[in-house]
Amino acid sequence: MTAIGKPLVRRDGTRKVTGAATYAYETPVGAPLFCHPVQATVARGRITAIHTADAEVLDGVLDVITFRTAERLASTEDRELAVLQDREVAFRGQVVGLVIARTSEIARHGAELVFATYAESAHDTELSADRDDLYAPEKVNPAFPTDTGTGDVDAAMASAEVAVERTYRTAMYHNNPLEPHATTALWDNDSLTLWDSTQGVHPSRKTIAKVFGLPAERVRVVCPYVGGGFGSKGLPHVNVVLAAMAARAHPGRPVKLALTRQQMFALAGYRTPTIQRMRLGATRDGSLTALALDVVEQTSRIKEFAEQTAVPARMMYAAPNRRTTHRLAALDVPVPSWMRAPGECPGMFGPEVAMDELAYELGLDPIELRVRNEPGVDPESGRPFSSRHLVECLREGARRFGWDGRDPRPGVRREDGWLTGTGVAASVYPSSSRAGTTALVRFSGGRYAVEIGAADLGTGAWTVLPQIAADALDVPVEEVDVALGDTAYPVAAVAGGSMGTATWGSAIVEAARAFRDKFGRDPDDGDEADATTGDNPAREKYAMYAFGAQFAEARVHADTGEIRVPRLLGVFAAGRIVNPRTARSQFLGGMTMGLSMALHEDSVLDPRFGHVVNHDLAEYHIAVNADAPDVQAHWLDEEDPHVNALGVKGIGEIGIVGTAAAVANAVFHATGARIRDLPITLDKVLPALP
Amino acid sequence: MKPFSYDAPADVATAVRTVAADPSAAFLAGGTNLLDHLKLGIARPARLVDVTNLTSTEITERDGGLSIGAGVPNSDLAADPRVRSRYPALAEALLAGASGPLRNMATTGGNPLQRTRCVYFQDVTTPCNKRTPGSGCSAIGGYTRYHAILGASEHCVATHPSDLAVALAALDASVRVLGPQGERTIPFTELHRLPGDTPQRDTVLEHGELITAIDLPEPPAGRQRYRKVRDRASYAFALVSVAALLDVANGTVRDARIAFGGVAHKPWRAWQAEDVLRGAPATDATFRAAAGAELAQARPLPGNEFKVPLLTRTLVSVLRELS
Repeated sequence: MTAIGKPLVRRDGTRKVTGAATYAYETPVGAPLFCHPVQATVARGRITAIHTADAEVLDGVLDVITFRTAERLASTEDRELAVLQDREVAFRGQVVGLVIARTSEIARHGAELVFATYAESAHDTELSADRDDLYAPEKVNPAFPTDTGTGDVDAAMASAEVAVERTYRTAMYHNNPLEPHATTALWDNDSLTLWDSTQGVHPSRKTIAKVFGLPAERVRVVCPYVGGGFGSKGLPHVNVVLAAMAARAHPGRPVKLALTRQQMFALAGYRTPTIQRMRLGATRDGSLTALALDVVEQTSRIKEFAEQTAVPARMMYAAPNRRTTHRLAALDVPVPSWMRAPGECPGMFGPEVAMDELAYELGLDPIELRVRNEPGVDPESGRPFSSRHLVECLREGARRFGWDGRDPRPGVRREDGWLTGTGVAASVYPSSSRAGTTALVRFSGGRYAVEIGAADLGTGAWTVLPQIAADALDVPVEEVDVALGDTAYPVAAVAGGSMGTATWGSAIVEAARAFRDKFGRDPDDGDEADATTGDNPAREKYAMYAFGAQFAEARVHADTGEIRVPRLLGVFAAGRIVNPRTARSQFLGGMTMGLSMALHEDSVLDPRFGHVVNHDLAEYHIAVNADAPDVQAHWLDEEDPHVNALGVKGIGEIGIVGTAAAVANAVFHATGARIRDLPITLDKVLPALP
Repeated sequence: MKPFSYDAPADVATAVRTVAADPSAAFLAGGTNLLDHLKLGIARPARLVDVTNLTSTEITERDGGLSIGAGVPNSDLAADPRVRSRYPALAEALLAGASGPLRNMATTGGNPLQRTRCVYFQDVTTPCNKRTPGSGCSAIGGYTRYHAILGASEHCVATHPSDLAVALAALDASVRVLGPQGERTIPFTELHRLPGDTPQRDTVLEHGELITAIDLPEPPAGRQRYRKVRDRASYAFALVSVAALLDVANGTVRDARIAFGGVAHKPWRAWQAEDVLRGAPATDATFRAAAGAELAQARPLPGNEFKVPLLTRTLVSVLRELS
């Protein structure tokens, strides 16, 4: 009666599609107040005056909070969250005021009437690799060394039989979850309750308690459902602090704050643009002799976020001479943050297109080139892989995609006026888990209840955690209930880093064992046991990753250069799949997001103003249904005895990794145009068309 | 969003009188553009006069052509069998626009009056002569991917976003308008304005004038096509678009009517290209020459130079397909 492996439907599905699921902003509360932030209209400067009277006199406005009137926060260490504490403006769109009113419309109108003047300073928002103020951060997200190196890359490049040296660029990207960043907050009896759209109720509580100087137990965070986050809701952003601040200013009155889509482009994090200088040296037979990746990216002046873009290049392929570096420019821009597969996603674009370029130079099939450089152990740490089935993914993908007999020549296939081609790229994502997550199992009314403060980011935790619990308890899944998304339940790690299921699931397995050890198979009503995850000692011995192979077909209109991708296919080796239905959705979602990155997404920052000018979903293009007609995900039945007791690897992020490179490689195969900066748009391929 | 009052008058004449008498009033139909503008602070009317249930939702035969009530939803117009068979370019243009839900709301009368999607126009924190005359044009020197290469001025380089309007310009449609002075008819190609030094005015309509119908003449001989080139497969504004009608006999072009979208402040009727085509052999060389004649006056901006070759290639592609 194993539940793991069954394609069970989402337990929360009906609630969501019927509109019965309550999201943060919709939390039913009596007589709420509504907030609307006021944003800076300069990129750098000091507020010289802020006029609030016109807003304050509006019927329905309760008050307008500015740096003059806002409460002093207990901790301003995190300057992103130190909102309304001083006159300084560090980026365009930063919050300079908050209007609180009886309706959201009045609040928004009031915000339009707040007018600030500034002493402007010259601002700098332009990333380039030529800047003289690039610096090396102490570490890159979350705690990787900034630079690594072995051997002598320069010498190896100079003596290489074939060398590829190219610069690749990825654009600035914004998470655009369907549900905006939203909070309902209530300050009552010296305690704060936040119904907040978050990927982690406990991490959110920890941050907010610190900012306001409250004991953690006086902050409760509730989040049963999340309408997507992709990392942007992994940590609280300023909107949560604002909601809490408004609630504290109006005790007993619930207040609601939802960022508008436009506001999210300045206040909810984003993926830094990257400039990737990639070098590959190889012998004629395709053995890599040198591999180097030097990355330049941006952070904000007020808070450092160093994306670990060069990290995947450290473990992907064998080469005796290696080097990776990260350099940052601190600019007058909003604070970058996590976005689905930070590091791995942009960091596999340069390397995987460079591998395609090298394969072309060598006249070697790109799959074969990857196979020839498959490392026996993690090339930099020397540790064996707990499991690594990249070659099997490539072979299985090739079989399913119809890769055999592929004519490698670029730009020679045409169907109905469209040039066609195919491309491949590898994907990888670390298999992580986190110590310190607790689950509780209780027997009550003939059923088992599992409590854990996990968040269902939309990925299926409501459904897969009961599957894990049912097997661990050896009972039918129908007899198991879970309770998630509330700090009233035991502490759980964030839904991030593709480690939710592995971490929470491990805690549940341990709690189930503890329960059975204590109460046997015939427990009494009210019996309960909990357990907390510890460190996995195998992490010291093994390199742990999930792998995948991405295949894409590209069609480029021979007249107009329009680029369409009629087919995407991914094969993944990602450990044990708990629920094939929700897993497939995650892979498809990741791949579609990768396609979107390849062809569409581009936050256009106008350096004169310092903000993203295409800040809505009409102008910031993401892939729509018509752009993704056929996306397929398959997986190998991989067993990994080392990653955790469940053999579970994360799947939330690996789907996006490598997709953009596969598409870029397919566009080259279709047209002969090698586009090295994303997104690949028709104007970039136009000059290469016949 | 500035508060506003809402009127739902009983008839069109009252609606027109109400708006004409109040400089701060605006007509409301499908609302797919205006409601966004209210939220963004771009439009700040004190009064909305709802004409959704007042203008005709009928498509009727008229002088061998069709008369389309201003209240006809875009999706209904695209699905009408007479439109599909006799004006296929119009149906194609409609279906290339927006998304299904938006087409259900958008109306024939309102669609040609939608305002530019210039990102600076849409953001009240940046200067824009169209929104605030005299404040400057932020698009010049900025993000120009969707901006004009034809007919722009130093005051405004915005493009008109409607697909429907491009097809109507090529089809020699006309617009029936009811104003405080009574009814008048405007050739569709004269409805929209080039920016000049008054880019705040999109059309020749006076305040209080309401589009009540769009009339299509008898369909011309030959074949028609609307081709929209955009960055994604659906739900995106045109980088360039071409509405073309081509009548070819024995390898020679008898008649051609062409309009461009995505390249000017108005749907751009390509009169000079048409002149080159008429009487010329229906070959790629002619088509390229036609594009060249029209685009000799193109003035692309840094960042949208690609539109000149793109439009040339698109026009040649469409005409080749029609010949």
